Amino acid sequence: MSAMIEIADLSKWYGPTQVLKDCSAQVAKGEVVVVCGPSGSGKSTLIKCVNGLEPFQAGRISVDGISVGDPKTNLPKLRARIGMVFQHFELFPHLSVIRNLTLPQIKVLHRDADEAEEKGTRLLDRVGLAAYAGKFPGQLSGGQQQRVAIARALAMEPIAMLFDEPTSALDPEMIQEVLDVMVALARDGMTMIVVTHEMGFARKVAHRVVFMDQGEIVEDAPTADFFVKPHSGRAQLFLSKILQH
Amino acid sequence: MFSHFDFDVIIRSLPYLFYQGITFTVLLTALATLGGIVLGTLLALMRLSGFALLTVPAAAYVNLMRSVPFVLMIFWFYFLVPYIGQWVTFSSRPMQVGAFASCLVTFTLFEAAFFCEIMRAGIQSISRGQVAAAQALGMTYPTVMGYIVLPQAFRNMVPVLLTQTIVLFQDTSLVYVISVTDFLGAASKVAQRDGRLVEMYLFAAVVYFVISLAASRVVGLLQRHIAIIR
Amino acid sequence: MGTGWTLLTAAFAFIIALTFGSLIGVMRTTPFGFAVRIGDVYVELFRNIPLLVQMFLWYFVLPELVPRNFGNWLKQLPNASFYTAVVALGLYMSARIAEQVRAGVLSLPRGQRQAGLALGLTLTSELLNTIKNSAVALTIGLMELTARARAMQEYSFQVFEAFTAATVIYIAINIMVTFAMRIAERRMAVPGYLGFKPQPAGH
Repeated sequence: MSAMIEIADLSKWYGPTQVLKDCSAQVAKGEVVVVCGPSGSGKSTLIKCVNGLEPFQAGRISVDGISVGDPKTNLPKLRARIGMVFQHFELFPHLSVIRNLTLPQIKVLHRDADEAEEKGTRLLDRVGLAAYAGKFPGQLSGGQQQRVAIARALAMEPIAMLFDEPTSALDPEMIQEVLDVMVALARDGMTMIVVTHEMGFARKVAHRVVFMDQGEIVEDAPTADFFVKPHSGRAQLFLSKILQH
Repeated sequence: MFSHFDFDVIIRSLPYLFYQGITFTVLLTALATLGGIVLGTLLALMRLSGFALLTVPAAAYVNLMRSVPFVLMIFWFYFLVPYIGQWVTFSSRPMQVGAFASCLVTFTLFEAAFFCEIMRAGIQSISRGQVAAAQALGMTYPTVMGYIVLPQAFRNMVPVLLTQTIVLFQDTSLVYVISVTDFLGAASKVAQRDGRLVEMYLFAAVVYFVISLAASRVVGLLQRHIAIIR
Repeated sequence: MGTGWTLLTAAFAFIIALTFGSLIGVMRTTPFGFAVRIGDVYVELFRNIPLLVQMFLWYFVLPELVPRNFGNWLKQLPNASFYTAVVALGLYMSARIAEQVRAGVLSLPRGQRQAGLALGLTLTSELLNTIKNSAVALTIGLMELTARARAMQEYSFQVFEAFTAATVIYIAINIMVTFAMRIAERRMAVPGYLGFKPQPAGH
């Protein structure tokens, strides 16, 4: 069975600086992969290359068999099938919560308004925010906004979801509500790549952990192995710092 | 002095002042604002497009309009518009343009430069994250612009745009230099005909003042109401 | 010759503008309610009346409003239009500068030096504006030179030439001043200072 997401020999430069060095990884359907590492390691950049938000100069990325770097690829169409959740939520502040969910469905998937609304309401209910449909993002807390963002991505019925440090901008007491949603998502069989520092989450649902440092993938191991006996010194150092909390 | 203050002359000339003068001024302001915003948006999109073929002429235009004094532009266009009209319509003689049309062209072209800069600032103030999120959902560039960026940008821009309109309103007085009868021109004519400079000019000043002040207060109120809850 | 007058007008007006502008601007940031109100009224007054109308007021109306003798003396002044232009322009600009100064002072931690720096940051745009607006004064003078010709047909070709020259000169001055100011700004830049944007609106 070919992987859902394949990254092969990926390299990226910002001007003269190389920010990603020959990264290779695969994510199978239904797998949950956590990407971690110190800041500046390139983990956010990597994940943004997967749906083409960041261009890359060398290597290949394919999602469900479609090459991301190929100029002939219809990128918007591909992106519609990959959900993404951002560190700063990025809900559209001038639209109501429900409209945040229905607009992409109507404009990109060409669903009709009723269907979009019905689906949107169901998803809001799934993340526990059905009562907030008519409110505006500015009226919601960070945790609530992020949950809406997840619902918005789910409304597109993606084949995979990318999470770029989804809880890093949240106050501690709101982190759990978002993680709970993500855990439920993982248990439902969604293919996920999650860039995060939340190791508790990793231990709970991740199948594999990828550790990055200075643009390279240093380690790529099943979760249990990674936490019990990481191979590289850098990974060990990182873990020791993180797990002190 | 005030014992000789002739209020009567103001009252007598009100119909003339208001029908001829203010109508001209207000109409010019309104139409030039509309035209200026349309052209300004186009220029802004050109400048933001990233294609040198579009950015360079647009930037040159904007910088030119902002560096030459307005009065000079008014003169230039008064002379040139008939010839431009001739060139555009391939006719054999310079086109006859009324004073109003000439002023309208001048003001629209001039204000477009300022509106362009306001738009540009407004559009650029929308964070990249919003664009990224919209793109991640699969929206194409036109959809991103039309539904996500521009609606937010306009809400932010409206107060500044309206303030610029108030400035435009005041600048209409400059058409005096080509003897066009706007509000100031009308007041001037009455002043000279009746020899009542003080009353007319003071009255004109008061009218401009009241309208501008009221308008800027309204803009302030508007700003508070349409601010997007963030 | 026109250039000389323009620059002179602009220079004097600018000095007036700076002086009054800073004064009023600072007044509006003081904790004295009285001073703030005076400052507010000042700014509102000069910003809501078109420059041309203000010039008319100074040139035509002022001599009538003051005691007879003073008024007559004013009307007899050679270069009366020059003086009125300078005053009108100066005060008009001072209102704008007052706004900038006030915004600048408020956005910074308290201190006299900061007020000075804030002023420095907005000098470019204000100077350019002053030069541009002086054209209004120039034009009034020009109109007087052409004997108040009401009919546009009376404008001879010579006048047209003058306009061309004037336009070119303005653009040239604009470029030079922008360039010079940019160099000056770089020298005066305070490291770590978050620049505040001068208003893009108005001219």
